[in-house]
Amino acid sequence: MTTRKVVLNVVAILVALVWVFPVYWMVNSSFVPTAVLSSFIPTFFPIHPTVSNYTGAVADGTFFAALGMSVGITLTVVFFCIIFAFLAAVAISRFRFRGRRSFVIAVLVVQMLPAEGLFIAQYKMVASVHLLDSVIGVSVIYIAAVVPFTIWMLRGFVAGIPADLEEAAMVDGLSRFGAFMRITFPLLAPGLVASGVYAFLQAWNEFTVALVLLPSEAAQTLPLWLRGFVQASATRETDWGQVMAASTLVAVPVIVFFLIVQGRLTSGLVSGAVKG
Amino acid sequence: MSITARTPRRGQSTPRILLIPAVVILLLGMGYPVVWQIVTSLQEFGLKQQFGQPAPFVGLANYIELATNAQLWLVVGKSLAFCLVTAFLTLAVGTLLALLMASISKAAKLILQVSLLLAWSMPVVAAMTVWIWLFDRRRGAINYLLDMIPGVEMNRYDWLSTPFSFLAVASIIVIWMSVPFVAFSIYAGLTQVSDEVLEAAQLDGASGWKRFWFIIAPMIRPVIAIVLLLQLIWDLRVFTQIKMLQDAGSASGDYDLLGTYIYKLGTSAQDFGMASAVSILVLAITIALSSFYIRSLLKEDEA
Repeated sequence: MTTRKVVLNVVAILVALVWVFPVYWMVNSSFVPTAVLSSFIPTFFPIHPTVSNYTGAVADGTFFAALGMSVGITLTVVFFCIIFAFLAAVAISRFRFRGRRSFVIAVLVVQMLPAEGLFIAQYKMVASVHLLDSVIGVSVIYIAAVVPFTIWMLRGFVAGIPADLEEAAMVDGLSRFGAFMRITFPLLAPGLVASGVYAFLQAWNEFTVALVLLPSEAAQTLPLWLRGFVQASATRETDWGQVMAASTLVAVPVIVFFLIVQGRLTSGLVSGAVKG
Repeated sequence: MSITARTPRRGQSTPRILLIPAVVILLLGMGYPVVWQIVTSLQEFGLKQQFGQPAPFVGLANYIELATNAQLWLVVGKSLAFCLVTAFLTLAVGTLLALLMASISKAAKLILQVSLLLAWSMPVVAAMTVWIWLFDRRRGAINYLLDMIPGVEMNRYDWLSTPFSFLAVASIIVIWMSVPFVAFSIYAGLTQVSDEVLEAAQLDGASGWKRFWFIIAPMIRPVIAIVLLLQLIWDLRVFTQIKMLQDAGSASGDYDLLGTYIYKLGTSAQDFGMASAVSILVLAITIALSSFYIRSLLKEDEA
């Protein structure tokens, strides 16, 4: 190895340490006892680890209420997103029809619309049908926000399965629907999983729309519940150990699922550019 | 994507039926709010209207008020500056890390990639709580570590106490979150640059810098363009990070960017007409910026 390469390797390791530090810090602090954490010298390793921060964070039951809300919304969004996106992806990649291009453009434009520019209208709309603080109200907005990218992702998967395969099965006596279910559908499974996980990540992490559409404390999702800890810190002494334990609880499922799909997410977002 | 071997079927009704659920949900969740917002931005929709009075149409009055509102221009200016600085720094750091990934040993690369992936996968709200804790003035690790540098005396500096350091902290956090995506995307682009071309250039005497500038850069330009564009769009609408930093620090108007400004217009001031007008401004800038990205994706669809 040349000196240059050694230096570059060292730089890379240092950058890696800097980048992972906040994640490490979250997990580390979540295991440090409150008494140790409140000293002015930071604790860089949990020497006497404790889980009391975790039990403390979930003690008052609001965690489980928020968990229930998050799970309810996330499952609703994943379920409908996959179905709606799958049907639309089949339509645009298996058929040529008038209005197809307009639909594709609409999907791409909608995908770019920021919740941050729409939440006033979404609030007004959901409030007018009395669905604030409900799973349905938020879910409708989430599905609409997530479905465009899911359609786009699945479109690639459906297009990647040659229609010839289906036709061969039809020649062998299967109906079109049968051919689709037996041949195409199993091949699509990885795509469906990837889009499902994408929808999960979006719904689980979303903050802005939830903040506006779930004003009541009883209807908080996990991100809102977590924010409550920080908010409280402005007025009283924060129990950072508990906040970090709470953050870890919210983050762990996301990190696990994210690692499963990250490759597809990157290529989905920039595929047009990479593949030229 | 170039699997054109598919045989498009010419049915007209089947695909339209398949599209119905997606179209309905998009109209409901996105279409209606956009239309409502355009209409409301042309109305006077303040506190009185919240209590049931009809909202009179006032034409472009909201927009004219916006155009002459010095505070809004300040927010727009700050948002644009924040967006440009953050997006370009993200791009610069991301490109450097991608180049770094391409020139280090396998083990080091794996460590770097895992670390970036962990940072990337952090839910934004969880990430914000850690960063707020790191920047805590009394017990935060950042002031502690800075104090250890000889000659640096932080005196429990409160990072969230001036708009400038507040936005600098926000920018650092957004860069930390966004760099992994940029680095991985550009690295993916780099791996498609052929080694033979680079070797040939090296044999011809091109220095490392020249190889980057004349061979690598032009080849990864499309990726860089798209990544930069997405960063600009995402950083313009930044909301969660600012909102949560305001929770921990000060929520006064000096610390607002466009997202929180609209939020306050809608929630505290209850002025939906003005809030809608500012939202339309954000949407317009977003769509203008995205048109290039959308065109490149459409090209892929037609391929």
